[in-house]
Amino acid sequence: MRYLPLSADDRAQMLDVIGAKSIDDLFVDVPAAARRSGTVDLPAHAGELEVERELAALAAKNTAAGSVPFFCGAGAYKHHVPATVDHIIQRSEFLTSYTPYQPEIAQGTLQVLFEFQTQVANLTGMDVANASMYDGSTATGEAVLMAARVTRRKKAVLSPGLHPHYVGTTETLAHAVGIETVTLGAKVDAEADVIAAIDADTACVVVQTPNVFGTATDVTKIAEAAHAAGALVIVVVTEVMSLGLLKDPGSMGADIVAAEGQSIGNALNFGGPYVGLFAAKEKLTRQMPGRLCGETVDAEGRRGFVLTLSTREQHIRRDKATSNICTNSGLCSLAFTIHMSLLGEKGLRQVAAINHANARKLKDALSSVKGVEVLTPRFFNEFAVRLPKPAAGVVEALAKKGVLGGVPFSRLDPKAGLDDVLLVTATEVTTDADINEFKSKLAEVLS
Amino acid sequence: MRFTKDHEWVSVDGDVATVGITKYAADALGDVVFVEVPDAGKALSKGDSFAVVESVKAASDVYAPVAGEVVEGNAALSAAPETVNADPEGSGWFAKIRVANVADVDALMDRAAYDAYLASL
Amino acid sequence: MSMVNVGRPTRPEGSTTETRPATLTGGRGLLQDEALIFELGGWDKTGVDMPQPALDASDLGDLVRKDPIGLPGLSEPEAMRHYVRLSQKNHAIDLALYPLGSCTMKHNPRLNEKMARLPGFSDVHPLQPQSTVQGAIELMDRLAHWLKTLTGMPAVALSPKAGANGELCGLLAIHAAHDAKGDHARRVVLCPTSAHGTNPATAAFVGYSVREIAQTEDGRVDLKDLEAKLGPDVAAIMVTNPNTCGLFERDIMEISRLAHAAGAYFYCDGANFNAIVGRVRPGDLGVDAMHINLHKTFSTPHGGGGPGAGPVVLSEALAPFAPAPWVVSGSDGYKLVEFEEAEAADAFGRMCAFHGQMGMYVRALSYMMSHGSDGLKQVAEDAVLNANYIKARLQGVMSPAFPEGPCMHEALFDDSWLEGTGVTTLDFAKAMIDEGFHPMTMYFPLVVHGAMLIEPTETESKFELDRFCDALLALAGAAKGGDTERFKGAPFYAPLRRLDETRAARQPKLRWTSEPGANLAAE
Repeated sequence: MRYLPLSADDRAQMLDVIGAKSIDDLFVDVPAAARRSGTVDLPAHAGELEVERELAALAAKNTAAGSVPFFCGAGAYKHHVPATVDHIIQRSEFLTSYTPYQPEIAQGTLQVLFEFQTQVANLTGMDVANASMYDGSTATGEAVLMAARVTRRKKAVLSPGLHPHYVGTTETLAHAVGIETVTLGAKVDAEADVIAAIDADTACVVVQTPNVFGTATDVTKIAEAAHAAGALVIVVVTEVMSLGLLKDPGSMGADIVAAEGQSIGNALNFGGPYVGLFAAKEKLTRQMPGRLCGETVDAEGRRGFVLTLSTREQHIRRDKATSNICTNSGLCSLAFTIHMSLLGEKGLRQVAAINHANARKLKDALSSVKGVEVLTPRFFNEFAVRLPKPAAGVVEALAKKGVLGGVPFSRLDPKAGLDDVLLVTATEVTTDADINEFKSKLAEVLS
Repeated sequence: MRFTKDHEWVSVDGDVATVGITKYAADALGDVVFVEVPDAGKALSKGDSFAVVESVKAASDVYAPVAGEVVEGNAALSAAPETVNADPEGSGWFAKIRVANVADVDALMDRAAYDAYLASL
Repeated sequence: MSMVNVGRPTRPEGSTTETRPATLTGGRGLLQDEALIFELGGWDKTGVDMPQPALDASDLGDLVRKDPIGLPGLSEPEAMRHYVRLSQKNHAIDLALYPLGSCTMKHNPRLNEKMARLPGFSDVHPLQPQSTVQGAIELMDRLAHWLKTLTGMPAVALSPKAGANGELCGLLAIHAAHDAKGDHARRVVLCPTSAHGTNPATAAFVGYSVREIAQTEDGRVDLKDLEAKLGPDVAAIMVTNPNTCGLFERDIMEISRLAHAAGAYFYCDGANFNAIVGRVRPGDLGVDAMHINLHKTFSTPHGGGGPGAGPVVLSEALAPFAPAPWVVSGSDGYKLVEFEEAEAADAFGRMCAFHGQMGMYVRALSYMMSHGSDGLKQVAEDAVLNANYIKARLQGVMSPAFPEGPCMHEALFDDSWLEGTGVTTLDFAKAMIDEGFHPMTMYFPLVVHGAMLIEPTETESKFELDRFCDALLALAGAAKGGDTERFKGAPFYAPLRRLDETRAARQPKLRWTSEPGANLAAE
């Protein structure tokens, strides 16, 4: 076995030092009824070549996004990630290190976390960001729990444009601790509907921009209404690339930002692992979930970084912790940080502008297809269209013609009554040829 | 000054008791980095958790040694939590409580009894 | 106040004098002092070349961002140097033994990385038509089959994102199962005092209150105490097995029998599954739910803190409550069921967006296929052998917390052997760094004073184990010989000396700001 260094001779010598006759002596505490002779009923070991052959065959059954004209988004986006990013995250010292609990020998990871927290805080316009969550959806659920702790209220109002998977995840977390969630029915451009639902029991409103239909919303008025009622404002961003073009949530009154960071540095990966971004106003720091990295000095006065304010966390506070989260998305946040520092503000604005320009080209192209109606009034790189027939069937037919033509809304929420709505996305990887191909194949499918 | 088995101290002036944590407790915590004290007006039953004290690696609730109403929390501690280590039984006090029944304080341990209790731990 | 026994120095103390001359630039050997990206001056720079877009954002009006964001850019060579330099300040399993107890820091095979990067896995969208991702769904099905077979459990929920998220999934299924029976009175979860912090934190996350179960003198669950605390208000027990003292719970069958007799479910924390994988099936022990940290037992990399993956295997009783999505297969191929309807109306909801940690599924399956059923059994045996070897080699000098009988995959020592030396567990650990070794887990489990928990894993050779033991024995000799200066000031040779954690917590500075000395965090 190529991953096991001990030889039979080593094992015999070691048993001798231990004073055991056989390996079974070391498993004596296992009850007799649970002891097994032989191996479980699974294939025996395999060489690298055999494993590679078998897994490559499985991979070959999938249509890779990069191999066809591709227009899917809805919370997961295909962007170009510079080659440097994947090279660095595969360095042994990043890939195979543990959580930086021994700061003297983990300054690499810690300094990256400090840079990551700063990038996320600046990007979202917030004061403080943590060292990452699992993904945008769990970050959103945790934000709701945090708002309930801060306000000591037990109701969360979720906007009509919040991604249905985020609604589901938030409901799972909130309902477990008795927080009521108010949903308002999926609508393309109605984030402000949350205002009417705010009352004296409302802990927070959760508003997504751009929302799941792609609609960009100025949250300022919603924030004013929420704050007047003593509620917090949680702004959700599933396409973080949008913040290169659109106003930051902090400037519009957000108290907490929960975002999906996958777009920067991370591949589609069929849905995970991704990287949840979590940022908040300074006064809420001690109620935040997850790890925080802070600056300090060592015994010789040199700058260094440590995990700090850990008394919020499960390993110290146990049943009174702000969250149960332990492992987060460390390596994905490293990828985010590297990609973002290659882009810089200049590159981020530029790539965001390309996304927007390509999406407008896509809009013009699809609008010209008979029977297609664009629903989203203001968008970044993603918008909704109404088709003359159910979107799920159209997408299947497009796939057969070699185009991955977006996400039917019914895939996210089959009960919304929006079966004819299709969500489409263009990014910097989308070419004019892709758009033309989509347009002509869609026309064929709809005719 | 009177003491509890949970390592709080109480010092009474009239019907107002000043409450803090003992030197033993402060030493056990290590460097105190954060203290949350109660707002004035908060009503306390004996044994209620009324404050939180944290070091880097530990967090503890502080319990009301007697029933009463908070007159004042020591606001200075939020800016200077190290006071709890430097002067736990003086300027590192946590709160002043208007005691419901002063006799409750007398029922607590005196210094000698508390020292004996520490020796038994 | 509620007393604590974990207060320990969090500020550097002892000697800070150097016998060597300090360098003039802060560099050390080939390690340069590395600035933050915000200090490298790249406010108008980018390392990515792109066409200039013809931007017409007129329809966005006031929504367009105008103020500076505060994100510096680096050219490619600058970025490469910056992050490679930083990487050199980290310890890693690829450099040496990483003996963190409870963490299972084993070798991370690079085949796994290669497989996860095949475009058919890494470049597929979670919501593209299922007909175009049949291989990806089939991979999830195969992983599920391996996990169910290895654990002897009938069902698995793949989507939890990490161990603690898996615990949450398991407790939510337990909650749903009690609710389905109309049993709403169960509000308590029992955890041993030695439990991982995530156990009580997760129980509280689901709205349960936590009651602790006492431990016996030989480091196991106290059956009498368990029996006394089990009642009609108990929803579940959460027990780690092997436990956090590195010991197999001998009475595990009785523990599960007692729990079930009281109407509670048995949640097993599977963090230590590496000790028994391929040899013992949790399903044979009466477990109702157990998460499996793919980033521990199944070798997916820790990545400096994540990502992990925490699939949860479930018993017949809990299977109907598993969250969406899950895989079904039929004559027309594989299908991912994404909504808790029709065939599974009892499912409790969704743990996260999409389908969980696909990238980790690929890596874990690649690892399992490589080892096979025979190799995985050998994994458990070698992991246990290595831990017992360390225990045997050190026990004459250091004090095992539970000297009687074998340990499982990790060896636990207390600090009684350091008594009178003036050296603490923390000092000892920091001195290990100077000798080139990452410290073991310290001060956990909480039930053992000054705990030192050593988990070598199966991927260490005898040569490496001997080097490690020799180093620890040499250090122990120094501690007992009065050479305390070596410990109090340690580490001397790491990229940094001991960090002032007290200062970090008292004056939190959680992001870079341009104003010198500015603090941006809450009081």
